[in-house]
Amino acid sequence: MKFLDEYRDAESARRLIETIRQASSRRWVLMEVCGGQTHSIVKYGLDELLSDAVELVHGPGCPVCVTPLEIIDRALAIASRPDAILCTFGDMARVPGSRTDLLALRAQGADVRVVYSPLDAVEVAARHPDRRVVFFAIGFETTAPANAMSVDLARRRRLRNFSVLVSHVRVPPAIDAIVEAPDNRVQAFLGPGHVCTVLGTGEYSELAKRHGIPIAVTGFEPIDLLAGILAAVRQLEEGRAEMQNCYGRVVLDAGNQSAQNLVTSVFEVCDRKWRGIGSIPNSGYRLRDHLREHDAEVVFDVGAIDTAESAECISGLILRGLKKPHDCPAFGTRCTPTTPLGATMVSSEGACAAYYAYGRPPRAPGLRSLPLAGMPKAAESAPGRPS
Amino acid sequence: MKSLSDPPAAFSVSCPVSASRYDRIVLGHGSGGRLSADLVADVFLPAFTNPTLVALEDQATVHFAPTDRIAVTTDSFVVQPIFFPGGDIGRLAVHGTVNDLAVGGAKPLSLTAAFILEEGFEIEKLRRIVASMKAACEEAGVQIVAGDTKVVERGKGDSVFITTTGIGLLPHGSALSIASARAGDRVLVSGSMGDHGLAILSVREGLSFETALESDCAPLTGLVHLMMRGSSGIRCMRDPTRGGLSSALNEIAQASGVGIEISEEAVPVRTEVRGACELLGLDPFYAACEGRLVAVVAETDAGRVLDAMRAHPLGRAARDIGSVVTSHPRVVTVRTGVGGVRTLAMLAGEALPRIC
Repeated sequence: MKFLDEYRDAESARRLIETIRQASSRRWVLMEVCGGQTHSIVKYGLDELLSDAVELVHGPGCPVCVTPLEIIDRALAIASRPDAILCTFGDMARVPGSRTDLLALRAQGADVRVVYSPLDAVEVAARHPDRRVVFFAIGFETTAPANAMSVDLARRRRLRNFSVLVSHVRVPPAIDAIVEAPDNRVQAFLGPGHVCTVLGTGEYSELAKRHGIPIAVTGFEPIDLLAGILAAVRQLEEGRAEMQNCYGRVVLDAGNQSAQNLVTSVFEVCDRKWRGIGSIPNSGYRLRDHLREHDAEVVFDVGAIDTAESAECISGLILRGLKKPHDCPAFGTRCTPTTPLGATMVSSEGACAAYYAYGRPPRAPGLRSLPLAGMPKAAESAPGRPS
Repeated sequence: MKSLSDPPAAFSVSCPVSASRYDRIVLGHGSGGRLSADLVADVFLPAFTNPTLVALEDQATVHFAPTDRIAVTTDSFVVQPIFFPGGDIGRLAVHGTVNDLAVGGAKPLSLTAAFILEEGFEIEKLRRIVASMKAACEEAGVQIVAGDTKVVERGKGDSVFITTTGIGLLPHGSALSIASARAGDRVLVSGSMGDHGLAILSVREGLSFETALESDCAPLTGLVHLMMRGSSGIRCMRDPTRGGLSSALNEIAQASGVGIEISEEAVPVRTEVRGACELLGLDPFYAACEGRLVAVVAETDAGRVLDAMRAHPLGRAARDIGSVVTSHPRVVTVRTGVGGVRTLAMLAGEALPRIC
């Protein structure tokens, strides 16, 4: 398939891996920012293939993972209202709140719908004028334009029964927080390709300059990731610290101007709490004041939310690159994708979920090189309806 | 189980009163009274007619050639949409059950079919489904010998649900079992993975491609017959339906206490299926097939079985995708195109699209 096969080509990958090994005089610590990158790296086993040249630590860029429990509980409270229809991206639907999750709530009779686009939720609102339709608007800068467009469209179509529950996060303040932490280990970043497609690379040039740290903006296929790793390693070896765009077929330095305009017209920057990390200044978007009638937090008064996080979960340390999933004693035993204790296990793009799905340690005794995971029980198999 | 609903004493197959007064299912069609009988006579019997069925006894009597073992399986079908590219719920209900028998090495013989109809369902659609089941039965060489219909109130069902139960004859000496895979065995697949699952999802999500994505729904009886005739080294077969290739391989690895290692590049996946998976954020190794099989075969016989598969229209794209190993018992691993290794775990929960 064009635009995929060439970026998964085995021969090119082998050559790049060899070049990275030769270029690297020591084992550099790189963080891939984006959850989609973590997913690909573990899926293709790139971190293990490169383990002698670089250490890849997994960043906070899974928007589902970092959505605070409080917001999830709020979504659950809204979905429980008999007049509400809650629309959500698929992987948000099974993230457990303090007591239940959206799919379980749906089984009890709540109207929860998985949509591929926030614009589908606007259509639901148009079809059900007697119901209050809420879209669970989470994500990084990548999903912000489409989410903003849903609000803009609902406003122009005068669909007063449409609102969004916003928990948007922005990448650059999170990079600031990681680099400025006293225990930071990260020496270079693989920048988030899709986020930069929207916002451009300007903020990342500033970050690289401000912190003296290389940032290679790259994509999600093995060749993209390897090219990004090579660029970062070369900068580290040569003592440079710049933003380098290794995803030029998609990312323009100026980004997508009309998407940016849309985001700015609907959202404004605010402080935002990240699950597992805590509050980061200026790290989120919220709806602008004149759009309050489309703000689900205003439309639905669900009262005080009382959350209960696991005390055992180390996802905060994993999200900042200080620990790996298998450093956690609960990984794969008390904490699995069907019984997640915290942020990094709840979504398929979280580091713990990726390690679990693609079979990373804990290793069985006597087995050193093969990745193994606890096998899910038969009862966990898919209850879908393909037959 | 009754023979297609509960006909009153006066019921006659040639009853002149037709169900056609209604063009939609009403609750009375499930009453066990006149309307039920009309529906049976008008819709089901003309399509499925055979001496066992038209006797309309409370049970079907099936005559076997002398054998010491029969195979039995049952499956329910709730697919939406009920008509999809490459098939429909009726064809699926026949072939799904036929295939479960066939991959066990059994010759499928008879099916029962139970219909749960929703009040308001168009009888014309029911006729199309029944006609499709008739054709599917002929294709697979089986008969529907007993059945049942129930009607539920509008909103309590989803158009139509079908449950089929099948019985098949096991030849003397055949002993296929998912517990019998051994180190060194080869793992074969009969064709591309995930066609059915992605055909259904594409319709649901309104995706369209330059080439149509069609379900692979088909009876595996002929293919299995060719494979079994050419080799006694087949350890087991599985049709990778829900959970796809991943579940089929994991079930074999678990039951046999062995490891399985496959090559990502060797697994045939159609370009349009890969494309749909990329768009929807899904993995073709977890997507359902309804006319494919996975076989574990003794290494010495693998070439012969592969040739036999390729001689059948449903096995033209058959491939050797990997082997059974001792090194990681009960775990399935995939060697990736770029040289890494990952585990192919069973699906946890429902396959849901990812956000980015």
